[in-house]
Amino acid sequence: MIELEIISCGPATSLQDMGRPGWSRIGLPSAGAMDPRALRLANELVANDPGEAAIEMAFTGLAARVSGGPMHAAVAGARTRLRIAGRAHPENESFVVEAGETLEIAAMSDGVYAMLAVEGGFAIAPSMGSRSLDLRAAIGGWQGRPLRAGDVLPLRRHPAARQARAAPVPLDLDVPVRVVLGPQEDAFTERGLQTLIGRTFMASPRMSRMAYRLDGPAIERRPGVEMISEGTMPGSIQVPPDGQPLVLMADRQTVGGYPKIATVISTDLGRLAQRRPGQSIVFQMVSALEAREIACQSQLARNAVKPVGFGENGQPHIDAALLSGIGDAVVDAVDFETWEYVAAQASAHR
Amino acid sequence: MSVLARPTAFESDRKPLPSASPKVTLKPAGDCGLLVEVAARIAPDVQARVLQLDEQLGRVGIPGVIETIFGYASLLVIFDPARTDYDALTNTVRQLSDEPVTPRRPVRRWRIPVAYGGEFGVDLPTVAAAHGLSADAVVTAHAGASYTLAMFGFLPGFAYLSGLPGTLATPRRTSPRMKVPAGSIAIGGEQTAIGSIEGPSGWHVIGRTPLRTFDPQRYPSTVFATGDEIMFEAVDPEAFHTLAARAAAGELVAERIS
Repeated sequence: MIELEIISCGPATSLQDMGRPGWSRIGLPSAGAMDPRALRLANELVANDPGEAAIEMAFTGLAARVSGGPMHAAVAGARTRLRIAGRAHPENESFVVEAGETLEIAAMSDGVYAMLAVEGGFAIAPSMGSRSLDLRAAIGGWQGRPLRAGDVLPLRRHPAARQARAAPVPLDLDVPVRVVLGPQEDAFTERGLQTLIGRTFMASPRMSRMAYRLDGPAIERRPGVEMISEGTMPGSIQVPPDGQPLVLMADRQTVGGYPKIATVISTDLGRLAQRRPGQSIVFQMVSALEAREIACQSQLARNAVKPVGFGENGQPHIDAALLSGIGDAVVDAVDFETWEYVAAQASAHR
Repeated sequence: MSVLARPTAFESDRKPLPSASPKVTLKPAGDCGLLVEVAARIAPDVQARVLQLDEQLGRVGIPGVIETIFGYASLLVIFDPARTDYDALTNTVRQLSDEPVTPRRPVRRWRIPVAYGGEFGVDLPTVAAAHGLSADAVVTAHAGASYTLAMFGFLPGFAYLSGLPGTLATPRRTSPRMKVPAGSIAIGGEQTAIGSIEGPSGWHVIGRTPLRTFDPQRYPSTVFATGDEIMFEAVDPEAFHTLAARAAAGELVAERIS
């Protein structure tokens, strides 16, 4: 069996695929790659299904050794440098690592998230229909937890595809992030809305797979607005009483009680995820209709869609064999307000 | 020991559903979401509408609709914009919301064991003091009421209940705890909840159930569903530990009443 042994990696390194839709109604976020474009490209470079699970790295890279046979792999997303057995290799071009050789992925120089996909994928059982790590439920990923040094991941057998090359995932750091106003735009003053659309925000160090807190001008809310907790979307821009917006990301809490001034469109959420602390973010308003048209055109529409759950307790029908891969990890380092577990640790490794 | 009222005290027995159904408001939530707001209040008739709408949408099966998320007074429909006819979706939701809210198929009712106070509910004295009640009176009031599971969220399987007696409403703790045990029964403001897995909490923990309410290795992974009615039965620490051992062995230690 071909295996990949992790020699070193950052604390926010995890297996992610296109996520776990269908379970939000019982409080599980969809999870999945923070930049789905990177997942898709890395997989395409090694002739995988675009949604095959891959290793997601945040800020940091990793070092890993291959055993049992050659590994055909690719890295896409944030900008980094690769070395295979000490030899430099260009990004966005797939590569072969022979048994006994070491792959080194340097810390990200631009962007936050990069994906390492291996041809054939990892031979790891999905959990509740997905291999994406859900840190809070301690399911998915590798044994329900982030990857760490010493982990040995089995690869599936596969026919060897040709090596491939592609243009990198655009980071578009100067391109505005498009949003649809609402659902609670009424909870904000005219000035508040103009602040969101007209002013420049900055990604803050308080970022995690759950949410990105933005620094910048406070967004003015109307006084006395009362909210009843309701469902949230990846991309929801919540504004707590202090006026500092919070963009919900892949591992979001599925319900929330803060008013949401706008929602980042699904096509642009991956681009937002790549902004590093201190980099600027400008929001541009589009209509809901435009946003849906953009989604249709961008081919980013989820490829792992499932119908509304109508099995027992309203949960998705699922093969019992998929309900495995449970780990023993518990969440033990989160900020109660924001659930940040990435930023504090990741910044130390940058 | 039991401080339970009989099942006839359940909310849906006492209050007939109103015939007039509230009008819904539809709001886009980005390109993949439709928020269906039933009303701006938490009330049994509103909740009944939300539940019925979810059930109807599931039955109709609109292409491209991926999932729905319950709020106390809303339903968020998540869809794939490349596969969903948005106008058909909104028209369907409007039509379904014009239908009267009819009593649902038999409601599932559960009685679940809870050890109140002591190590299980460290904030019971605080809650009692806040209301000038004895700890026993708080337990009697909490276990004597019937609740409806309004929604899940915050943590996987974490169940928000409606029906907390107003006399027990207690503002949240000023400093949250980083970890409270799985199965904690807590009060936060006017809400009460059944915890699922270990996690942080800013609510007052008044007890704990030995029931494993959420287990991702089980299908379905939650014992309860939205709309279920729940009552608590106070048990002593000894019974808690016995039940916890049985729950750890895979037994469902909740009693299904109907």
